[in-house]
Amino acid sequence: MRPALAMTAAALLALPALGACGTGGGSGGGAVTLTITANAISGGKNAETADWTAKWVIPRFEAAQKAKGRDVRVVFQPSGVDDEQYKTKVALDLKSRAGADVIDLDGIWVGEFAQAGYIKPLAEVAGPEADSWEGWSRIPQAVQGLGTFEGRRYGLPQGTDGRVLFYNRDLFRKAGLPDRWQPRSWQEILDAAAALKRAGVPVPIQIDAGTAMGEATTMQGALPLLAGAGAQIYADGKWTGASRALRDVLGFYRQVYSGGLGDPRLQQEARGRDKSFAQFAEGKIAILAEGDYFWRSVIEPKAGVAPMKDRDSVVGYALIPAQRPGAGIRGQDFVSMSGGAVRVLNPNSKNPKLAWELLSFMHSAEATTSQLAGAARITARKDVNDKVLGADPMLKFVSDQVLPLTAYRPPLAVYPQVSVALQEATAAVVSGTSVDEAAAAYQREVESLVGGPAHVAS
Amino acid sequence: MTPLRHVLGTIGRATFLALVLGFFALPLLWLASAPFDAHPSITASVPEFTLANFRALLDNPYALGSLRNSLIQACGSAALVVTLAALAAYALSRARVPGRDALLYVLLLLSSVVTGTAAMVPLFELATRLNLIDTHLGVVLTLSGGLLPAAIFILKDFMDATPTSYEESARVFGASSGQVLRHVVIPLVRPGLATIAVWAVANVWGGFLQPFILLRDPDKAPGAVILYTLYTEGGAPRLDVISAFSLLYSLPVVVMYVFVSRRYGFRFHGGIKR
Amino acid sequence: MSRAEPGTLGRRPAVAFVLPALVLIGVFLVFPALWTVYLGLTDYRLTGLAAADPQVVGAANYAEALGDERFRTSLWLTVQFVLGSAVLGQAVLGFAIAWALRDRRGPLKSVTEGLVLLAWILPSSVVAFLWIALLDRDGGTLNAILHTPGFAWLLDHPMASIIVFNVWRGTAFSMMLYGAALENVPPSHLETARLAGASTFQQLRDVVFPHIKGHVLTNLLLITLWTFNDFTAFQLTAGGPEGRSEILPVYIYNVAMSGGRLGFGAAVSFLVLVVNLVLAFAYLRLLRSRGEVRP
Repeated sequence: MRPALAMTAAALLALPALGACGTGGGSGGGAVTLTITANAISGGKNAETADWTAKWVIPRFEAAQKAKGRDVRVVFQPSGVDDEQYKTKVALDLKSRAGADVIDLDGIWVGEFAQAGYIKPLAEVAGPEADSWEGWSRIPQAVQGLGTFEGRRYGLPQGTDGRVLFYNRDLFRKAGLPDRWQPRSWQEILDAAAALKRAGVPVPIQIDAGTAMGEATTMQGALPLLAGAGAQIYADGKWTGASRALRDVLGFYRQVYSGGLGDPRLQQEARGRDKSFAQFAEGKIAILAEGDYFWRSVIEPKAGVAPMKDRDSVVGYALIPAQRPGAGIRGQDFVSMSGGAVRVLNPNSKNPKLAWELLSFMHSAEATTSQLAGAARITARKDVNDKVLGADPMLKFVSDQVLPLTAYRPPLAVYPQVSVALQEATAAVVSGTSVDEAAAAYQREVESLVGGPAHVAS
Repeated sequence: MTPLRHVLGTIGRATFLALVLGFFALPLLWLASAPFDAHPSITASVPEFTLANFRALLDNPYALGSLRNSLIQACGSAALVVTLAALAAYALSRARVPGRDALLYVLLLLSSVVTGTAAMVPLFELATRLNLIDTHLGVVLTLSGGLLPAAIFILKDFMDATPTSYEESARVFGASSGQVLRHVVIPLVRPGLATIAVWAVANVWGGFLQPFILLRDPDKAPGAVILYTLYTEGGAPRLDVISAFSLLYSLPVVVMYVFVSRRYGFRFHGGIKR
Repeated sequence: MSRAEPGTLGRRPAVAFVLPALVLIGVFLVFPALWTVYLGLTDYRLTGLAAADPQVVGAANYAEALGDERFRTSLWLTVQFVLGSAVLGQAVLGFAIAWALRDRRGPLKSVTEGLVLLAWILPSSVVAFLWIALLDRDGGTLNAILHTPGFAWLLDHPMASIIVFNVWRGTAFSMMLYGAALENVPPSHLETARLAGASTFQQLRDVVFPHIKGHVLTNLLLITLWTFNDFTAFQLTAGGPEGRSEILPVYIYNVAMSGGRLGFGAAVSFLVLVVNLVLAFAYLRLLRSRGEVRP
C-alpha cells in the first residue's frame, strides 16, 4: 500500500509547484502597487489601448510619482475577450471585493454595477477632488452621461462614437445616384436602395436585424431608427412598448427585407455581421448602417478585418435621417446613437487617492492625445478632439455633425433584456411575421421584463 | 458462407469505411488551407500561399506562452485525474461498497452541473476563498473535480473486466495492496489509463470558461482563452491569426495522441485476450 | 467473461485508495454543485439590484422555466439533439465503425481511427470554425462539392446541421468503447453462429449484444450526459435562427451569461440534471428487460 500512497502524495505534492510557478513576481519592498484592467490585450482585441497603457501610461505615471518621492508600481491586467465575458469577470472580481484599482467598463454597465453595489461614485471613493477635476469642463454634458447614474458620477468617459450610413460611391455611380449622398427621410433611403437594386447591386442595404447580431441589431439598427421615429427606448421612467414609433421602425425593416432590398438570411447567420462587413468591402452591399468603428477597424485599408484599399475615395458616409424631416427625437432632422467606455475606481481599492491620481492622469489632455495617436477615434475631451481629429475627415464628421444629434442607451440592468426583445421583434419581421404581430409580442415581452404595463409606454 | 455474400460484404464494408473517412476528413480541410492563405475567409480554398499569418502570430506576446500554459494545466489535470481515478476505480471495483454505482452516477450528474455556465459564481468564490485565483493549481483542481466522476466511471468498468486471478496469486506471495495495484493491475489497464489521460487533456485543452474566470494574468492564460482575444473590438474574428493559431493550438493534442497510441496503445480494454 | 469478484480488497486499503479522489470531488465538485442548486432557489443576478441583495424565491424559477415556452421548446430540441446525435448517431456509427474494423490491422485501421479521434480531441473553438467553413452558404466546402451554391444548411436545417456536427464530434468515444467491447466477444461463438447460417443482424443480436450490454449502458449514460451539456453547437448557429437550434446549454448560456440571471440559469441546470436522471432510468429499464445487466 505504500507505493500507492507515495504515488498520490507525489501527485498532490507536484501540484503546489504548478501553482507556485505561476504566482511569482510580487511587488517589491515597500512599493505601492496599483492595477489597471481593461478589455484589451496586446496582439489581440483593442491592442492599441493595451499598448498605450503598458508603454505610455505606466512608465510616465511611475516616473511622475517617483519625482514626488513615492515608489508606485502600476500593473496592467489585460483581458481582450467577448464583452459579456469581460463584464462577468469584472463583476465576479468586484463581488468578491477584489479586482483592479482602475477598471475599464462599457458605459452601459455603469447603472447595473452601481445598483449591485460593485462601484461607488468617484467622489465617495476618492474624495472631493474627483468632482473638482479640471477635465469635467472639457467633456460635453452628453458624454459625461456615459459615466453618470442617477445624477452621480461613477466614471470618467474615455470617448464616444456615432452611427452613420456608410455607402459605396462606385455602386452609387452605377445606379445613377449622387456622389455625395445625404438622404432626408426613410423614403429617400428606400428609393436609393431600389435604384441600386435596379442597377444590379446584390444587396442594396444592410440594417442589422435579428438576434444573431445581438446588440448590434439594437445599436446599429433598431435604436437609431426609433430615434428617427421620435422615440427613445427609455424615457421619463417608461420603456417604449408597441407604440406608433416602434411599429414604424418594424415597418421600415419589413420594407427593406421583404422588398428584396436587404438580405434576410444574412440577419440569421451566426456570423452574419462579419459577413456583412466582408460583403461591403467586396462591393456587394451598397449602404450599411454602422458606427465609426466600421471605418476605423473594419474597412481600414491596412489593419482592418475587411480592408478596403480605396476606402477614402470609395466609401462615403451620411447622417441617418429621421423618418421625415423634423420627426426625430427633439424634433431633429437627423439622428444617431452613441456609446462609449468609461473608467471607474474600485471602491475596494487600498489606495483610493492614488488610484484617482492614476485615473485622472489617464484622462488628462496629454494622455488622451497620446492614446489617440495609437488609434484614431473620438475622445471624450473636446480640447483634444479639436486638435487631432482633423487628420481623419470621417471622425471629424462624427465629432462635429453626429455627436450634437446623438442619444445614449439607458444604463439600467434590465436594458440588455429589453434589447433582446427588440432584436426578437426585428427577427420576426425579417422572417415574415406581420408588424402588428411582432409589435404585440414585443409589448408582452417588455411588460414581463420591466414589471408590468405601468412601466411601458405604448 | 457463400462467396457472393462474402464479396458483397467486403464491398459493403469498404464503401462504408470510405464514407466514414470522407465524412471525418472533410471538415478538416479548412485547418489545412486557411493558415497558409494570405486572405483567409470562412471558406476552405486553395490558398494564396504565405507564412505571414504565422509571423503575425509570433508578434502576439501571449500566443506561444499560452500553449505552454495549456500544457501545464492539461498535463497537471490529466496526471491528477488519472492517478486519483485509477486508485478510486480499483478500490470501488474490488471492495464491497453498498450503493457505489448509484453514488458514482450521482457524482457524474453533479459534474454536469459544475462544468456548465451556471456554476461559475460558486467556482469563482470557492477559488477565491482557497486563495487559488490566478494560479495554475486552481484551474487544475477545478477542472479535475469536474472530470473525475466520468474518469472513475469509465475506469471502474474496466477494472471490473480484468480478472482477479493474477492479483490473488500475487497476494499469495505476500504482496501489499499497493504493490498489487502497481505491478499487476496498472500494467493490465495501461491502455485505458492512457485513454483517460488523452480524454482529460483534450477536455482541458478546449475549456474556456473556467480558466477564463479563474486566471487574471494573461501570462498564465491557456490557448483557449488567448484564441478568444484574436477578435476586433466589434467582435469580428481576425481569421489570419486565428487560423494560424488554431493549427498550432491543435498540434500538441494530436502529437500527444499519436505518441500515446504508439507507446501505450489507445483503447479501453487492451492486453487480455480470452 | 470472467469478472472481478468484489471483496478482494480489504476495507482499509480500499478507503485509502478512494479517499484522495473523494476529497477532491467533495471540495471542487459536490460543494460548488450544491451551491449552484441553492442558487437555483434564489433570484440571484450577476449585476443590478438583485446582485446586491438576492432573495430566496423557492420554486419560482422552476415554475417560470416550466411555464416558459422557450424553455419547453429548448428541452424538446435538446431531446432531439441527444437522441439524434448521441444515441442514434454516435452510438450507432461508433459501433458500426468498431464492427467494420474489428479484425482489421494496418494503415486503414489506424488512419480511420486517427481521423475519428482527431474530431474528438480538437479544441471546440477550432472545430466550430471548421464546420462553419464546411457549411457556409456562400463559400462552404459542402456546397462546392454538392454543386448546391447558396444552400443555407445552418439556416434551413439548423437542428440537422448541429446533429450531424455532433455525430462527427463525438463518435470517437463510442467507437473506442465498442472496439474494446467487441474484444470480449469470443470469436468462436461468432464462428459457430456464422456456420449455422445466422445473418449479420442475427449475429449482432444473439451473440454480440449479450456480451456488450454493460458497455452499451455505460456508453449511453455518458454520451447522453455529455451531449446534454455540450455547448459547442452555440458557435455554429448561436441557437438560431429564431431559436430553432437553441438547445438547453445554449439557453442556459443566454440566460445566465448574456442575461445575467444566474439564479434562473442554475435552476435550469438542475432541471437538466433531473432529465438526465430520468433518461438513465429509462436506459436501465430498457437494457434490463433484455436480461441481467452489469452495473
